[in-house]
Amino acid sequence: MAGLELLSDQGYRIDGRRAGELRKIQARMGVFAQADGSAYIEQGNTKALAVVYGPHEIRGSRSRALPDRALVNCQYSSATFSTGERKRRPHGDRKSCEMGLQLRQTFEAAILTQLHPRSQIDIYVQVLQADGGTYAACVNAATLAVMDAGIPMRDFVCACSAGFVDGTALADLSHVEEAAGGPQLALALLPASGQIALLEMDARLHEDHLEQVLEAAAQAARDVHTLLDRVVRQHVREASILLGD
Amino acid sequence: MKETPLSNCERRFLLRAIEEKKRLDGRQTYDYRSIKISFGTDYGCCIVELGKTRVLGQVSCELVSPKLNRATEGILFFNLELSQMAAPAFEPGRQSDLLVKLNRLLERCLRNSKCIDTESLCVVAGEKVWQIRVDLHLLNHDGNIIDAASIAAVVALCHFRRPDVSVQGDEVTLYTPEERDPVPLSIHHMPICVSFAFFQQGTYLLVDPNEREERVMDGLLVIAMNKHREICTIQSSESPSSPG
Repeated sequence: MAGLELLSDQGYRIDGRRAGELRKIQARMGVFAQADGSAYIEQGNTKALAVVYGPHEIRGSRSRALPDRALVNCQYSSATFSTGERKRRPHGDRKSCEMGLQLRQTFEAAILTQLHPRSQIDIYVQVLQADGGTYAACVNAATLAVMDAGIPMRDFVCACSAGFVDGTALADLSHVEEAAGGPQLALALLPASGQIALLEMDARLHEDHLEQVLEAAAQAARDVHTLLDRVVRQHVREASILLGD
Repeated sequence: MKETPLSNCERRFLLRAIEEKKRLDGRQTYDYRSIKISFGTDYGCCIVELGKTRVLGQVSCELVSPKLNRATEGILFFNLELSQMAAPAFEPGRQSDLLVKLNRLLERCLRNSKCIDTESLCVVAGEKVWQIRVDLHLLNHDGNIIDAASIAAVVALCHFRRPDVSVQGDEVTLYTPEERDPVPLSIHHMPICVSFAFFQQGTYLLVDPNEREERVMDGLLVIAMNKHREICTIQSSESPSSPG
């Protein structure tokens, strides 16, 4: 859109946030009764749902079973009504396959798969409304779902996107900021150790600015970690009250 | 045919050699293999050899109607195929994960970084635009497919010439190569991918891993840059054989 200022002179973005500010995050765990673990997250207007089944026996061909660890199977699906224009194929196209592979890579780094040899952990993520930062919302939702399922993990996996406009790094991009065509970085972090589970960047960014954008994304991911930690503790507190402990 | 597994002693040998900063083919840690580029008879056909890894690239163009939300831009389409002759493990049904990953990385590297001026591919706004299709075929797999594929794609696009078109009012005339010389594509910059292989949880780094080194690596980091020092794409990935 012509004339749309992504960052005003006073340092405000289109939705009134500051450069390093995240959108409002609301999350709930234990959304579905049937699944082993489930979670729902809203990051601004981006809404994602994650469901975890497992660890259970390998479905399908037994030959895929790994003798020393569990197989992590991720499927990403984005609802046809999630974007401005109605999408024809909710899953099965290249982008969804790539997202599934990236989620699998992210969670294989975090889940302690050695504890469940010859079994399978399924993570299904559904995006209900996509307003930018879909990968980050999916990772955050899936982390909460895996925790809800009681599957042991090394650490939280917190993800956030970052961009670069007018010499400033922006954290947590919305759809408008993504569509403007500037550089976008998606980072998935294990906060305690600072290990990067996944790092992905699109579009042109001068190498001098990379450090700045990475730092903004890492800081945002750590902020997300604080929020997710609070959600998990709240959930555990509620569950223990119900059990009468 | 399933991939032959790597024996433990070979894996240990490779890892120990890397710890001592030695590579099997005698390269230094940051050395590339020799690159050879040759061209075919058609415009837009090239073969890139990175060591023994060989990729064939072919560019073709067609006049189509544009996408609804991008009425004044041409269409760029990339397709990388892992031919069965490249490695015994590549069978029609078995390659999907690797294929999706490579294709998406190529798409992001070349399309999202806007290396081709798509607005110049527009003939009649909203009705006719050029669709440029880049087909890449892997002919021999000896590691580092992504670097060879990105070089082949960029070289093929630079070499390609599309037929000249002229628009008079409502009439669109497409000239054959005999009537008017074909026109090159307008290329803003040339992004080239460089792959770094990680070993021992990031302690050791190698550039341009060959097939054996790829089997024992922990993870791969691909960075695409152009000569203006701009980073076009970064992608980190874990190898499925790594302990995580």
